[in-house]
Amino acid sequence: MNLVGKPIPRKEGRKKVTGQALYVDDLSFPGMLHGVTVRSSVPRGRIKNISFDQPPATAGGSDRNIPWNEFTIVTAKDIRDLKLGENYVALILNDQPYLADEVVNHPEEAIVLLAHPDKYLLEEARRHVSIEYEELPAIFSLHDSLAQKEIIWGDDNVFKKFLVDKGNVDDVWAKADFIVEGEYETGAQEQLYIENNGAIALANPNDGVTVWGSMQCPYYVHKALIKLFGLPEEKIRVIQTETGGGFGGKEEYPSMIAGHAALLAWKSGLPVKMIYDRAEDMVATTKRHPSRTLHKTAVNKDGKLLAMEIDFVIDGGAYCTLSPVVLSRGTIHAAGPYFCPDVRIKSTAVATNLPPHGAFRGFGAPQSIFALERHLDKVAKTVGLTPEEFRRRNFIHEGETTATNQTIREKVDMDGLLNRAFELSDYHAKRERFARENGSDRPSRIRKGIGFASFMHGAGFTGSGEVYLQSVVGAEATPEGLIRILAASTEIGQGTNTIFAQIAADALGLGYDLFEVAQPDTAQVPNSGPTVASRTCMIVGKLVESAVVGLKQTLLGSGLLKDQYTQAEFQRACGDYIEKFGRLQSFSKYQPPPNILWDDEKYQGDAYGAFAWAVYVAEVSVDLLTYEAHVDDFVAVQEVGRVINPVLAAGQIEGGIAQAIGMTLYENVVWENGRMKNGQMTNYIMPTAADIPPIRVYFEENPYAYGPDGAKGIGELPMDGPAPAILNAIENATGESFNQIPLMPEKMMEDLVGQG
Amino acid sequence: MDTQDIYTKSTVRCTVNGESKALHVYPMERLLDVLREQLRLTGTKEGCGEGECGACSVMIDGQIVNSCLVPVAQVEGASIQTIEGIATEDQLHAVQQAFIECGGAQCGICTPGMVLAAVDLLAKNSHPSESEIRNGLAGNLCRCTGYMKIFESVVRACEK
Repeated sequence: MNLVGKPIPRKEGRKKVTGQALYVDDLSFPGMLHGVTVRSSVPRGRIKNISFDQPPATAGGSDRNIPWNEFTIVTAKDIRDLKLGENYVALILNDQPYLADEVVNHPEEAIVLLAHPDKYLLEEARRHVSIEYEELPAIFSLHDSLAQKEIIWGDDNVFKKFLVDKGNVDDVWAKADFIVEGEYETGAQEQLYIENNGAIALANPNDGVTVWGSMQCPYYVHKALIKLFGLPEEKIRVIQTETGGGFGGKEEYPSMIAGHAALLAWKSGLPVKMIYDRAEDMVATTKRHPSRTLHKTAVNKDGKLLAMEIDFVIDGGAYCTLSPVVLSRGTIHAAGPYFCPDVRIKSTAVATNLPPHGAFRGFGAPQSIFALERHLDKVAKTVGLTPEEFRRRNFIHEGETTATNQTIREKVDMDGLLNRAFELSDYHAKRERFARENGSDRPSRIRKGIGFASFMHGAGFTGSGEVYLQSVVGAEATPEGLIRILAASTEIGQGTNTIFAQIAADALGLGYDLFEVAQPDTAQVPNSGPTVASRTCMIVGKLVESAVVGLKQTLLGSGLLKDQYTQAEFQRACGDYIEKFGRLQSFSKYQPPPNILWDDEKYQGDAYGAFAWAVYVAEVSVDLLTYEAHVDDFVAVQEVGRVINPVLAAGQIEGGIAQAIGMTLYENVVWENGRMKNGQMTNYIMPTAADIPPIRVYFEENPYAYGPDGAKGIGELPMDGPAPAILNAIENATGESFNQIPLMPEKMMEDLVGQG
Repeated sequence: MDTQDIYTKSTVRCTVNGESKALHVYPMERLLDVLREQLRLTGTKEGCGEGECGACSVMIDGQIVNSCLVPVAQVEGASIQTIEGIATEDQLHAVQQAFIECGGAQCGICTPGMVLAAVDLLAKNSHPSESEIRNGLAGNLCRCTGYMKIFESVVRACEK
């Protein structure tokens, strides 16, 4: 049938375009209460007192009293008094409480939960919970945290450190022709999925806890609720509802809101719906980790990289959440798609009193790649080479090793990607023309520039992560011969339902419509791992393929199906089998590809089963009157293995690039005492249809032997390249080197006016 | 309106997707909430609650508006169309069909509003230029697609 490689329409497309798709806020239960969260107003302090007040009497007397006895109220004390489990969100270090108990460590930390049937009255009530604090000194930047201006977490403010040491950089500095240093910074970024976080819970001692919610990882929520309620796993059920975007923002956070809704449901005995409004979602939930990277690079006069020393620091906020893993991916990607014999990468995730930062598409790699790809333009300039010639002399090839000493065993052609990207963007001609125009006697106030970045992104969990995960996918046939794919991998817009059906249909040579992907529900589907890390297609897709092949083998083994079959024969065989033997199911468990070796102690070895490789070119104009930069054209060339669905794949790349353009030029989180000051779409600006340039996406296909039909991962890749490509282009346009994102007009004006 | 009135429900009569409705509502309730909660027309979404994102777009007497900014008292006598009223019983609107074919919907949460914005754009201009499409949809935010496939969807819908 060959569905793979074709632009098959999205499985749930019709539901989505007609408004029939049901998101968590679209569900309602009889007797349902609404729930809200009362949060800390100080960044760090001890909770002295909590009181439930009345509005002051006004002249007109129209303000209603708050009938506090009608409210369900939950604080940390209830978790003890109700003899539930542990008051922490189970993840890596278990340091984050569900509800602050005695101390708060960041603004907007949850302290009190309220539920009531009337959501308008509930909002009034929320504003009349008063919390008194004894404030403690707080720190708000990774610099202050590193300097230990205040110790706010553990003994030293450090969540995690890594050291990657290849060769010995210290032996190299003396023999280098050039040593180039640089410092680079990136800011926080809000995921800004258009559907806010939300959950509905039913919970009582008899039935246990059931949660419906918007999420990426049902089994993360499942694990967290087991700990919170101290219940056995079969008493916890987590169901993903249609999810309106995630981008990492619904990787770990749903465990928090699901737990809150469930606590209120447990205490009230009624269903509780908790939906954040935009302001709450923006100020209280996770964002991309801010970062600072120091580079020191040794090069010889031929432009060959001799040594790279990189110091990468991320700000994790007040609790650990996923910071160690974000740090790990950022660390491994920090030296990019280049061969360098001696590399040392030191990295640190530190604590501050900001709300915890968390997963966001790219997961640390956009931060460290931004630094590297800006820095290499500087190195090239120092050596006297063009940015492209310098990179060409250092691109990694098959048989060479990465920073972690992973030998690249696939054919990688960065030169080829660069050539194609330059041709499609008309790079050389434009570079020449812009230099002429910008340097003329009467240059326009609009300066044009073009720049690029070359990079890679590893697919799947890092190192031994996939081996620990032990993901499982199932497939089940109905008597009518329809096949349901059972996986916890969620459809969050990226196309899981569609590509799984394509892969499965091709594996059996059957029609697309025969396959349905079950709604992720921990009571119904096995744990295929979280929907993160560009792993859904490459890792879970492969398991889908083997699970459905298992069904066929069972039928062949039973003698009810012959080697050569038509669709009707296959369907009939399913019915016959079920009649004769009962259920027809098959499960497939992750097996690592051969020769993948990773040393978790030394951080050496095969970090990822496969990488996607890319070269992105950005063309910009900078207005020297308003100091606004605009991206005018964008060319994205990437090698991602086999493309399963060209429309969905291009959609992933285009969406990621738009989000990265936002991160680079528009999206500025303004902090005030650790609180996001601009937590509204009115003043935190994401790109609109009028802001985005034509994004031209091209795929090179080099099938990966261990991916389904040769596919690798692509979800995060497009987040990595745009920021450095755009700032490289802005340097080309203005002659000024900017090393910090977001690059807002104010900052550009400051630097350019200073320069003039 | 004095302050007492906002706590008193009254009846607002309007037409929603061609059906007459008598809504028993607080006058200052948001049209968005009345549609979603009282009429269970949950295709209209809330994204920001402040008129920035367009996820709650509906048509009132042929004008596209953000229903999160409309007090329900304002729709007395009006004709409202929501995403549920765009397709007929057995046929999708050309815009909806194009969104499916071209990948204009990803997570789907902005899609109802985006489809309405596109329908509105094409009603006023059957063959918009690229910049007219961009400006016509600039009031509707999408975080998934980067807008390219949405532009393609609108162009495809024009061809139908």
